[in-house]
Amino acid sequence: MNALDIDYMLGLMPILLSYLPLTLEMAAAGMVLALILACLMAVVRVLKIPGLNALTLLFISFFRGTPLLVQLFLFYYGLPQLMSALTQINGVTATIMGLTLHFSAYMAESIRAAIVGIDRSQTDAALSIGMTRGQTMRRVVLPQATRVAVPTLMNYFIDMIKATSLAFTLGVTELMGATQKEAAGSFLYFEAFISVALIYWGVVELLAWLQRSLETRLNKAYQR
Amino acid sequence: MIALQGLIKRFGDETILDGIDLSIEQGEIIVVIGPSGTGKSTLLRCMNFLEQPDGGRIQIGDLSVDVTQASRKEILALRRRTAFVFQNYALFANKTALDNVAEGLIVVNGWKKPQARERAGELLERVGLSDKANAYPASLSGGQQQRVGIARAMAAQAEVILFDEPTSSLDPEWVEEVLGVMKQLARERQTMLVVTHEMSFARDVADRVIFMSDGRIVEQGPPSQLFSTPQDERTKSFLRKVLATQAPW
Ligand SMILES: Nc1ncnc2c1ncn2[C@@H]1O[C@H](COP(=O)(O)OP(=O)(O)OP(=O)(O)O)[C@@H](O)[C@H]1O
Ligand SMILES: [Mg+2]
Repeated sequence: MNALDIDYMLGLMPILLSYLPLTLEMAAAGMVLALILACLMAVVRVLKIPGLNALTLLFISFFRGTPLLVQLFLFYYGLPQLMSALTQINGVTATIMGLTLHFSAYMAESIRAAIVGIDRSQTDAALSIGMTRGQTMRRVVLPQATRVAVPTLMNYFIDMIKATSLAFTLGVTELMGATQKEAAGSFLYFEAFISVALIYWGVVELLAWLQRSLETRLNKAYQR
Repeated sequence: MIALQGLIKRFGDETILDGIDLSIEQGEIIVVIGPSGTGKSTLLRCMNFLEQPDGGRIQIGDLSVDVTQASRKEILALRRRTAFVFQNYALFANKTALDNVAEGLIVVNGWKKPQARERAGELLERVGLSDKANAYPASLSGGQQQRVGIARAMAAQAEVILFDEPTSSLDPEWVEEVLGVMKQLARERQTMLVVTHEMSFARDVADRVIFMSDGRIVEQGPPSQLFSTPQDERTKSFLRKVLATQAPW
């Protein structure tokens, strides 16, 4: 067994790290869009809005029932074929789209569960003082549901960061794509991939730490 | 002036409210008593459409609606003319005591935040909780939570405050402080409709006591009359049971 080429790794790290922003940007954009979409779908599900509810169920079923990679290929290769306006959908856009739709399906269900878990009498109370259903959702239910859902949503965000690595299959040179190229040039596959693994791992640990401090803050109102 | 005419509510095949007629004068304090499962909570909840009634009319102040044809706007308007105090307090867990009270003023009445919080502060003072303004519900005792609940209802400036067993969830030690706040409100002639098992409160405060059974108003009258000379057999038997445990005088 050959010794690990530490010098190569140390030289490689800064190069790989320069691709980290793109990875994080895709994840962040995906997360924000997925959150918005998931909230909307969760509200549709909770209020059982006719028509939209069935549509949402179908959406959730499809995006949870098929692999993310298939969905990415569908957007990147499939969509342009259907809609000529999208002749060249770029890899980054397709990735963000895929992550958004895929993860929003999962997130909608966690948010829905969190909403349903909020004591029904608080909704009654808000309605009884004359708040509309929308105001009740926005000002009473969702803030509390958020607290319940945050740990799960953070886990999805972490999953999403790791899932951005699939973008390299659409030709995007992000963290994983860059590693692949570097490794192919140097033949030091192990060093290259352990380096990228360490980067992902570090980012995830950082987020886990953030998650804990966020939870402490959100729980402030509920301590005796 | 509040008037219910032939109010009907069904759950499935079961008729829970079987044609309730009731009118309440401004400033009147009414206590509703009756066996469990008789529809007392349902009556209160139908009055502000927390439950959708199946028939009848509701009039509160200058607004009168046929319940089967009430529009969303009318329902909202009815809710703004009533306020509700819940058995389990139902405070907004994500808001401080002060913000629980201010919330309706800001969101429903469109007050500016500083004014709303100032008013909320005054109301908390009236229920004796100035020092808890910034506490979250989870850190308050049951009695304190319920007093915040009453302050929240007071903020709504409603024609009538509906109380659904406001002291039933409380440890005995907190019951008096909540009843005290309610008595204060009664002295100010706030119109109140109170479902309670506190017979002494009914005796001291109520202008009229209503006995309900099986979705109907069986009989009603001033507390002295209803408690001493009940007419209906059901009233007599109910009163025998509760008065055995708590004598009103
Ligand atoms: N959401 C509901 N769905 C079906 N049945 C209901 C519902 N709410 C109440 N009921 C039924 O309606 C009847 C009257 O209930 P309600 O809570 O109004 O009684 P109550 O007089 O307030 O009793 P208690 O003194 O126990 O509070 C009960 O038989 C109850 O089971
Ligand atoms: Mg009840």
